[in-house]
Amino acid sequence: MKEGGFKGRDIISIRDFSKSELLYVLKIAKQIEKNPNPNLLKEKILSTLFFEPSTRTRLSFTAAMERLGGQVMGFATPGVSSVKKGETLWDTIKMVEQYADVIAMRHPIEGSARLAAEAASIPIINCGDGSNQHPTQTLVDLYTIQKTKGKLDGLKVGMLGDLKYGRTVHSLAIALSHFSTTFYFISPEALKMPKEYIDELKEKKIKYEEVVELKKVSKELDVLYVTRVQKERFPDPVEYEKYKDFYKLDKSLLPFIKKDLKIMHPLPRVGEISPELDETPHAVYFEQAGNGIPVREALLALVLGKIK
Amino acid sequence: MSKAGIKTELKIPAIKEGTVIDHIPAKVTFKVANMLDVANMSNVVSVATNLRSKTLGEKGIIKIGGKFLTEEEVDKIAVVAPKATVNIIKDYRVKEKIKVKLPDVIEKIVKCSNPDCITNNEEVKTKFYALGKEPLKIRCHYCERCMQREDIELI
Repeated sequence: MKEGGFKGRDIISIRDFSKSELLYVLKIAKQIEKNPNPNLLKEKILSTLFFEPSTRTRLSFTAAMERLGGQVMGFATPGVSSVKKGETLWDTIKMVEQYADVIAMRHPIEGSARLAAEAASIPIINCGDGSNQHPTQTLVDLYTIQKTKGKLDGLKVGMLGDLKYGRTVHSLAIALSHFSTTFYFISPEALKMPKEYIDELKEKKIKYEEVVELKKVSKELDVLYVTRVQKERFPDPVEYEKYKDFYKLDKSLLPFIKKDLKIMHPLPRVGEISPELDETPHAVYFEQAGNGIPVREALLALVLGKIK
Repeated sequence: MSKAGIKTELKIPAIKEGTVIDHIPAKVTFKVANMLDVANMSNVVSVATNLRSKTLGEKGIIKIGGKFLTEEEVDKIAVVAPKATVNIIKDYRVKEKIKVKLPDVIEKIVKCSNPDCITNNEEVKTKFYALGKEPLKIRCHYCERCMQREDIELI
């Protein structure tokens, strides 16, 4: 990583990161978690523009900014903003950049964050653009894997659930492809990993296996990344009903997994992981949500040039 | 002329100055013609298609008198007809032969096939990166979706 390489930079897509850049962000997150600095972003303002509702991401960005001494302004639903009056995204960004030092935004349209970055002279952090990218979530996932497994290289990672529409698994697969991961894609036939991502893994000569039944591969796994079947992504509610309870992980899985398997989930869960697993050493999903703070603190400090 | 004195072949007239686009796959001849907006040109334009070709099977040719294509226009052709050649004609002779080449970045030519892409929702010029040239695979700069030749719709 070059000195000062992140100052002023936009965080739009996990594809924009090299392996060393990913590792660098994780290193800074670790440093911040160890040595909190409540004055680092004093007098800096983060604007959170959430054109689509989000609880976790918006709250964790707010918490991250405030823990570093910065301030936050913004809106949580587009209904209260000028967007309702028909303002273009370009104009909204041009206006907000006059007031803030950095913008964290979520928007339902794919590619909106990239466009916002072209409009703004201040850094834009993408907190989700439709079903395209959510790079800060992916960095949180990598941080959690590194922290709980002690490494990122050479792991066997299972991804389970809705692999078709799940943006988190797409981005995580791209990010982990830097680290010689072996993938196990576990999903019903209709919710398989899109061909586009499979082709990308093939081109990179990365090992993967696609299965429907978890128990066929569960003994192999070091990490199991579980996703929710998202009702809002299904065009047909009947289809959703078919798949919503396809996987239900509970204690009956324990004899079929490694002792040190870590189970992750980007949350919210709706029933795919039984609470009876929460108390086992396998469950790291709440810790994963907590890791959102140091990782987002690191990103804010880096793009604002307060850490080089 | 045939022996009986009947014309059996209609030749496209040669042009003194201008451009001849050759080796267009027959099925995209009119796509290329539309892309160059020949319908609205006042120049002499000849469009021929389904001609026999050794390399393409059936090909198309477009001749435009008095016009030299811009680099952007040549790039556009490469998106639908990667094997086309563009001949610059001066004084009835081929002065230069340009093989069209797909650019690494394709701007303002192709429409993104993803209806949820920002380029289909706000006024934004499209931009794609060529990931593979044969077979063609391009990725949208904005929504990051990949498209292949059969998905491509021109603006």
